Amino acid sequence: MKRTMIPIRQANAPSAAFEYFSTKKDEFVGWARKFSLFPYPFVTACCAMEFMAVSSTPYDTDRFGAALPRFSPRQSDLLMVVGTLTHKQAPVLLRVYEQMCEPKWVMAFGACATSGGFYQNYAAVAGIDKIIPVDIYVPGCPPRPETVIDAIMKLQDRIAGSRHPIITETF
Amino acid sequence: MAAAILALMQQQLVPAGGEASLSHGMLVVVVPPADLLGAVRRLKSEFAFDLFLDVTAVDWPKRTPRFDVVYHFYSTTHLIRVRLKTRVPEAEPIVDSLVSLYGSANFMERECHDMYGIVFRGNPDLRPILLYEGFVGHPLRKDYPKQQEQPLVPYRT
Repeated sequence: MKRTMIPIRQANAPSAAFEYFSTKKDEFVGWARKFSLFPYPFVTACCAMEFMAVSSTPYDTDRFGAALPRFSPRQSDLLMVVGTLTHKQAPVLLRVYEQMCEPKWVMAFGACATSGGFYQNYAAVAGIDKIIPVDIYVPGCPPRPETVIDAIMKLQDRIAGSRHPIITETF
Repeated sequence: MAAAILALMQQQLVPAGGEASLSHGMLVVVVPPADLLGAVRRLKSEFAFDLFLDVTAVDWPKRTPRFDVVYHFYSTTHLIRVRLKTRVPEAEPIVDSLVSLYGSANFMERECHDMYGIVFRGNPDLRPILLYEGFVGHPLRKDYPKQQEQPLVPYRT
């Protein structure tokens, strides 16, 4: 008995050739984007010392294309929230995040930005993910530079593996 | 030196209801709120305490005059510090502002007003300095709930 293969395709599905080129385009754009992370350091507290250490020569985040901080959110695509976020500062963070152009990623740098750390009081926000979406969390109080580099590499892997639509619905 | 000045203060500065003592080598003078401004004026002019270091408060929830308002001064000629305390009740936590004597008292009184709700009569600008507009309550009072937050931005759900 001979079975015939019937291709399961919907009427309006993109063709195989389109999908091939679309995937190749995603790979290419992902490769380009993962090596051109421009961080915006939103530095609020003592983790800044560790941020200085990680961006200095011995650890050399330029190897990952993530060394040049841009001090305008409009020119950057990686928001690094370094330190404790207070309730008084939360509107500022939200505004900075909204000023960043797509595509954008957010790193919660250190225990306080991740979860509030040991602050549970009237002043501190218990984690910046209560305000803005976070892509990667870096634990530690403060994190070792190796941890930050590991987080950058994990974020790069995610950028390389994700889809990169040129035209989005929010475009 | 400190003992001589303490004796002098005990003679001159401490009126009826006030007291002076020595705590860990530092002069401590307790005055009633009505005498505060006069006492500080004499501290500045006669005892040369020319540097205003800090003002803060202490909350004693079970004591009847509930708050201590604590001032620290430093004398750059005698090189000694003095601590000045006054007790104010919860119903009327009002003391006189020291802005007329020490300009640096302005911000510190605003902070004390934020945290404890002490009202400094005569301070030109008692807006929140560390807290934000719309914050309800005074977070360093003992009856403020320890983990109560007052977010300015609505949380994501």
